[in-house]
Amino acid sequence: MAKIAYRDAVRDAMSEEMTRDSRVFLIGEEVAQYNGAYKCSKGMLDKFGPDRVIDSPISEAGFAGLCIGAAMYGLRPIAEFMTFSFSFVAFDQIVNNAAQMRYMSGGQIKVPMVFRGNSGGGHQIGATHSHAPENIYATYPGLKVVVPAFAADVKGLLKSAIRDDNPVLVIENEALYGRESEVPEGEYLTPIGKANILQDGVDLTIVTHGRSCWTVLEANQELLKMGIRAEIIDLRSIKPLDWPTVFASVRKTHRLVCVDETKPFCGVSSQVAAEVQRACFDSLDAPVLRVTSVEAPMPFSSALEDECIPNVARIIEAVKEVVA
Amino acid sequence: MATRKKPLPTGAGVLATTQPLPDYGDAPTLSREGRLEWYRLMYLTRKFEERTYQSYQTGLIGGFCHLYNGQEAVAAGTFAAINETDPVITAYRDHAHGLMRGIRPGPAFAEMYGRATGVVKGKGGSMHFFNPEKQMWGGHGIVGGQTALGLGLAFATKYLGEKKVCYCYMGDGAVNQGAFHESLNLAQLMKIPVIYVIENNMYSMGTAVERHSAPVELYKRALGYDMLGVRAEAQDFDLVRQIAWTLGERARNENLPAILELMTYRYRGHSMSDPQYYRSKDEVEEYRKHDPVEIMRGRILSEGTVNEKDLEALEETVRKEVQTAHDWALASPFPSQSEIYTDIYA
Repeated sequence: MAKIAYRDAVRDAMSEEMTRDSRVFLIGEEVAQYNGAYKCSKGMLDKFGPDRVIDSPISEAGFAGLCIGAAMYGLRPIAEFMTFSFSFVAFDQIVNNAAQMRYMSGGQIKVPMVFRGNSGGGHQIGATHSHAPENIYATYPGLKVVVPAFAADVKGLLKSAIRDDNPVLVIENEALYGRESEVPEGEYLTPIGKANILQDGVDLTIVTHGRSCWTVLEANQELLKMGIRAEIIDLRSIKPLDWPTVFASVRKTHRLVCVDETKPFCGVSSQVAAEVQRACFDSLDAPVLRVTSVEAPMPFSSALEDECIPNVARIIEAVKEVVA
Repeated sequence: MATRKKPLPTGAGVLATTQPLPDYGDAPTLSREGRLEWYRLMYLTRKFEERTYQSYQTGLIGGFCHLYNGQEAVAAGTFAAINETDPVITAYRDHAHGLMRGIRPGPAFAEMYGRATGVVKGKGGSMHFFNPEKQMWGGHGIVGGQTALGLGLAFATKYLGEKKVCYCYMGDGAVNQGAFHESLNLAQLMKIPVIYVIENNMYSMGTAVERHSAPVELYKRALGYDMLGVRAEAQDFDLVRQIAWTLGERARNENLPAILELMTYRYRGHSMSDPQYYRSKDEVEEYRKHDPVEIMRGRILSEGTVNEKDLEALEETVRKEVQTAHDWALASPFPSQSEIYTDIYA
């Protein structure tokens, strides 16, 4: 398998699907002539032309709504948010229109489209630009939410999202765009709603997703030296969430640490902890611990910011407590 | 009253524009049957809304409910100017748009009564009538939210090379929403064939236009986007149809959007729970003298489209249809509990 950068996997997924289906188009700020703020659509304007790779003015509600209307009519739009922090400007369109259109029309209307883009903190861009919003969107029935961590997964999941008949949010991460990882040759799809076990283990389960997968894998090097063999689960998909894989692992290891970049209050890890205590109560040998972003807006200073998102030290500390 | 006297219709049709109007000639002549059918739909809408009013008062309808009485020539005149295959979308005052795009009164009543036989299975209610088969795309509850969807529908028709126009309806209160302004800019910038019809009934809920909009002439919102804006009177079906034809053909042939501000009036409150402290009974009565259904009725009689006897027979049929539809809806079952969890994902 060849190694490619995450951003190139994003581009390959969009390009392959646009070649396959003329109803697919891409719209967003700087996606065409600028080649994407994070270069995820590099070369696509030249390949597909301005009717299908469309620069939007800075109008998230406008172009998100445009995509929803076009999807209702039968097209399969991809709306790129330069960052999902800006998706809040389009929140009404995503939540009231995309998510609930099918239900409120009594099943008469589909909204087959993708919202995708960068998310997350760690780049000294301050509180307004550093949101990890997957828990927020996952709370609304009608939306699907995936947060791929690796090039192979973002390619396969984005292709699945484009072909899905529902609105799917593909939440990427700036820290990952340049990271290279192996991608299978040829055509493939990664199913939405299926977790991936990154490492088999026996001592505890670590449930994580998105950028935190990389941080957990880094921490894992230390854990292995300490003789702790964790089972590491990359959720990949937040909604729907692969509960059978999570429950089976916890029933095997009897211990759980959740690691993710959402906030601690009503975050993804809160949901995992709640469901696991319900389904695996008799299997648990220790309280479930969570390593998340902290209960504060994201500060600018890197000295502070590094402490605000899950890091290796906090993960190791939590694991040691759970296996003690 | 804190607000100034509302202008009454003069019969002038187009009152003002931001740019010269193009000449697409007269709207094609409607057949005798076609004209009668548009009158029938206006009359049906009026009778449907009167029955809805009663049903709400007697507790058959819960939640929000917004009536169209007085505005019938807006939906009828504009719909009659475009093709049945052209998409339309509106806000929550949507009963007329539904009835005039193929939703039968029975499922419409059943929806408001929360029944399984409702047009959207009892999941949407009064504000969310949909009939995509007839290109009626809702029925939307958030003020101004549908303006971006109308843009998208129109975008899709252009993307597919269909040479259509999307008529997107909104109340006058929606002109102050951000999504509307983003949509206007995108429509003119990207040359998208969408017409924004502002159904200006002069009140944003209970706030009169001069208390909610810096420019009281709402068509002038188009100026900021280098767009054509038109203000026209809207109690006369034929005058509405003519201007809607001109703007529709311009959009269809030149991919140019426009704002069409139609000056109308609603006889009832904003919603059924509105005590109407903000206006006088005299004002409402003055407007009733310019009733769109009566104007259309007089027109088709005087031009000999139909005689009085046949027209009365048609009206009697409509009244019976409304009564039968109401009875049928009332006799319909409520949805089963399992319906809570259907239609969430495709």
